[in-house]
Parts: sequence; structure tokens; C-alpha cells
Amino acid sequence: MLDFFNIDSLLSEEERAVRASVRAFVDEHVLPVIGACYVEGRFPREIVPAMAELGVFGANLPEQYGCAGLNNVAYGLIMQELERGDSGVRSFASVQGALAMYPIFAFGSEEQRTQYLPKMAAGEIIGCFGLTEPDYGSNPAGMITMAREQSDGTWLLNGAKMWITNGSTAQIAVVWAKTNGDPEDSSIRGFIVPTNTTGFKAKDQKGKLSLRASDTSELVFQDVCLPATAILPKSGGLKSPLMCLTQARYGISWGAVGAAMACFEEAVSYSKQRVMFDRPIGGFQIQQERLADMLTEIVKGQLVSLHLGRLKDAGTFTPQQVSLAKRNNVSMATDIAREARRLLGANGILAEYSSMRHMENLESVYTYEGTHDVHSLVLGQAVTGLNAFK
Amino acid sequence: MKIAVCIKRTPDSESRFRIGSSGTAIDEAGLKFDIDDFASYAVEVALQLNEKQGPGETVVYAVGPDSVQETLRKAMSMGVDRAVQLKADSVPYDGLAVAKALAAELKSGGYDVILFGKHAFDTSGGIVGTATAQLLGIACVTAASKLEIANGRGTARRELEGAGEIVEFALPAVITIDEGIARPRYPSLKNIMAAKKKPLETKPAQLGPARVRVKSMELPPDRPPGRIIGEGVAAVPELVRLLHTEAKVL
Repeated sequence: MLDFFNIDSLLSEEERAVRASVRAFVDEHVLPVIGACYVEGRFPREIVPAMAELGVFGANLPEQYGCAGLNNVAYGLIMQELERGDSGVRSFASVQGALAMYPIFAFGSEEQRTQYLPKMAAGEIIGCFGLTEPDYGSNPAGMITMAREQSDGTWLLNGAKMWITNGSTAQIAVVWAKTNGDPEDSSIRGFIVPTNTTGFKAKDQKGKLSLRASDTSELVFQDVCLPATAILPKSGGLKSPLMCLTQARYGISWGAVGAAMACFEEAVSYSKQRVMFDRPIGGFQIQQERLADMLTEIVKGQLVSLHLGRLKDAGTFTPQQVSLAKRNNVSMATDIAREARRLLGANGILAEYSSMRHMENLESVYTYEGTHDVHSLVLGQAVTGLNAFK
Repeated sequence: MKIAVCIKRTPDSESRFRIGSSGTAIDEAGLKFDIDDFASYAVEVALQLNEKQGPGETVVYAVGPDSVQETLRKAMSMGVDRAVQLKADSVPYDGLAVAKALAAELKSGGYDVILFGKHAFDTSGGIVGTATAQLLGIACVTAASKLEIANGRGTARRELEGAGEIVEFALPAVITIDEGIARPRYPSLKNIMAAKKKPLETKPAQLGPARVRVKSMELPPDRPPGRIIGEGVAAVPELVRLLHTEAKVL
């Protein structure tokens, strides 16, 4: 893998070792099957035990819960390497770690942590995250899913969630709901919902032309009765799920770099092999400019994510900085995937090559975890002090 | 079983190499280094032997400057119990000089089996393993593609040109490991963290005198460009003729 700017010199031995292991895992377990999985429209569930054994789930959470206890840069490098394989595989790990394990760690009781986290790190329990609703995507504060506390302390949950990664695979869902009829977003709390609870239904979303190697579902809750212990006691208000998304979005900024690297490597290799007009197409200025642009943007994206990771490890990063990194890197990767696909000519539309798959995937990544546009408004507010949402 | 594995740190074989200004070594600027491929097979074999045979100890050794500690930790993250760095400013080209340092260290180790890679990617000398066995006065089997140890004896398969041979040997023994014997595991993230806490001992290397040195080094000439002689079945007779008369491979 080309390291044009010697960014490796900014990584610790441990960070490089983590990346090497995940890279080897992706080469061995993901790349050989992912093209076919994408065409078939199925998540390669068979790789989950090996992912768990490698230790990618919740890798930046503490060792006492069965996790690897890595720093955030190492965690980011894991996401980069997984998405070098496929955005769907990275999404699976992001959701499991940052959106299902993280809220249990951050907002859960000690009993909930010890009950769930070790089994989730081991891949024995798969989680999903239910925030987005059919009519409330960029505006989660408007959600209508409601949990009502009963006289015996149990909760009754009603509502629906949409675009839920791992929804049909998961054994538990971390569901965000308003409580006790209060329409304000300050009433939002998190609940751990076993997906085999009566009244819980998960339905695959069909017809996706992106993230085809990922399970995306609609969740419906009809009088789902939850014990008093299902609530995440330290969750409170919309801020809680947004904190989870900041975690996941940080990983996405790295993941997008991985997808871009895969496309770039494919484009470089193809440009040196493909002969047209009696010479490799890499010798033509138009392709060289493409490759130079790709390389430059990847280096910039890597440095943005790396610095953000250092800030996160120092405990000083802000959600707005994460918005900048996610917005820049996903947009950059989307452009690179498209240019790589074009460089590959007609071959570029085949599943045998990865660029078009990444290109299609990245359209989802561009849209999820805060759309590109919403992050523009976050940054706009950060620089002007003026809120475009209200 | 007590197993030692002697490893080497070598550049990534996919690197683009340049000769350094001395003219006698490659330019290491910008190169990525890792455990040598053959050495990584040896580590894997050692781990599998002890996993299969029950409790034992696997110790990894390397001669070299402090940069070799990263490679030793890599072996520990794969599952090796502890590591010993035999510190030297550089690794001498003379394999016997390296073997003397290793033998001096290994002779009192009480090892049943000492493993090496068949040779290292950078020098392809293949000397250190056999020389160490000689210095220790124990049996040596080179380029093993299969290895079994039972009841104090070992059996190994060696690949020959067009054939294979099975050899038996007494322990303790040095075995150098060929490719294809085992696929090296990649360390889990937890084991990468755990390796930082495993013991890594550093001692001065008692190197023998270096009596062989590289005089000069040269890169292979550029490959001449390919030539298209035609397309499809019609081109076959001409292709056969050129392979016969020009390339002389038929």
C-alpha cells in the first residue's frame, strides 16, 4: 500500500501492527467473497466469527469488557482497512462497536455492561441502533417512537425505525424513543430491546442499489413490553444518540479513506497493465492527472482523520471537527471511486473490480450518519454562529 | 516442549529497491520492514507444535539493532511467550558471525527444537540455521515442508526437484522451514496489546568475526519490452518458432 507522505512515521508500532492484522484479515476473508456477496445482495455473515476473534468489535472500549482497549487512532485504522474491503463490512463493525456497544458502555448500568459487552465483543450478540424513522432522518428530534412506563415499572414501546443496519441480523437493538408522551427531544431515552421480544418485527429493505453486502432493515415495535432494566439509565435527551453518532462518524471518516485507497490502488494497477494505443494507459497524461488528484486527496484525508484521532485520544475533539472530517473524506472518496471507475473503462462496471461497488456504497455513506448537506450546515453554524436548522 | 525460533527483520518484498550510496547495500530510506516470510512460517510452526503437544515454551531470538524489537514483539503478538534481542549495530552479512552469536546464547537454553526460516528474503544465504546447528553439535534438517515431533524424535519432509524425501532425526535439532508448511496467523488486536507486556530481554550479541562482505551490488537489467507477434491461433506457429530459435526454451 502506497505511503507517499510517510504517514506511517506518525503512527506508533502498535497502531501499525493493528492495521497490518486487519489488512491481512480483509485480504483473506473479505476481498475473495465480497464481489459475489454484493451481487447476491447478502452480508457475508460467515466472516463475523473471524472478525470477533480478530477483536474489531468495540476495539476502543476497555479490556475489562472483553474488548481490545485500543486508542482511537488504532480504531480508525481498523475502520479504514475494513472499508478498503467494503463499506458494508465496515458499517457492520461501526454499528456493532460505536452504535450498539458504545451506548451500553456510555449510558448503561454496570450490570448491562457486563451482561452485553463481552458477548458483543465476541460476536455472540449482534446489535443494531434504532434512531432514524421513516419521516425523521436528518431531524431525529421529531421522532414519534414512544415508550411509556407502566405502573409496574415496565415499559411499553411503540413506533418504527428505518434504514437500520444489522436490523435483521441483530439479537438486540438499542432503540431511542421519546418517553411518557412528552414530545420534547429532552425526553428521549435509550432502551436495550432483545429482537425476539413479542411485538418486535424487522423487515429487510429490498431493492437497494448501494450497500448491497449489508443488512438494512425496517424495525416495527407494536406494544413491545420491556422490563424496567431495559432502559439505559444514563441516557438523557437527543444528545445521547448524537454522541453515539459522533463516535461512528469519526470511524466513517477513516473508513472512507480506506475505500478511496482501494479504488486508487486498483486504478494504479489497472493503468499500468491496460494497454491502449500500444502503451499502458498509465502513460497518458489524462490518467496521470486522475491518479495525481486521487493520491493528493487521499493523503489529505488520511492526515485529517489521523489528527482528529489524536484530538479524540487527547479528549479535545468536537462534533464539529468530526463533521468536517466525515464530510470531506466521504465526498473525496465518492469522487475518487467514480474517477477510478472511469479510468477502468468498460471493465470498471464489473463486480470483478471494486471501484464501482465502492462508488455505489459511498453514495449511502455520503447520506448516512449526517448527510453531506447537514454537515455543511453544522460547519456553517460553527463559522457564522447562525443556525440554519431553525 | 521448549522451542526457540530465530527470526530476521527484512524489507517488504513488494518494495521498489534502490542501491544505497555505498554501492554494497540497498537504500533503506522509505522501506517498510517486517518479520521475514520464512521466519514467520517458523514462528507459526513453533506455535502449532506447542498448541498440539500441550504446555511448553516458545522463545524468539533476533540479532540486530533496536529496530528488531518491533519484529520480536510481532512474534510475541502471534503467541510466542518471550523474546531475546541480541543487540548489534547491524546484522553482519557473514552468516557464520551471526550463527556464533546465536549458538552462544542458545547452547544453555535447553531447547528441544530450534527453528529458522529456510533463508531470509534479503540475503538468501541460508547459512545461519545450519551453521548454528553445527556450532551446537546437534542434528540439522534444512527446508522442511512438513514437521512432526513425537516421543523425542522428529520427522520432516523435504521437497526435492520432482520428488520429496522424509527424514527422521533425534532431538534436540535445528530445523529450517520452507514455505507452504503453515500459513502464519495474523495477531489478534488483544494479542497485539498483550505482547507489549511480555518479556523482551536485550543482551549484547557475541558476534563472530565477519569474514565475508559484499563487494558490490547491482540491480537486474531492465527487462526488454514484450513484443506482439500476432493474435489468436494464427500466431501460434510463429510463437513456437521464436520460442525455439530465439528464446531457446523449446
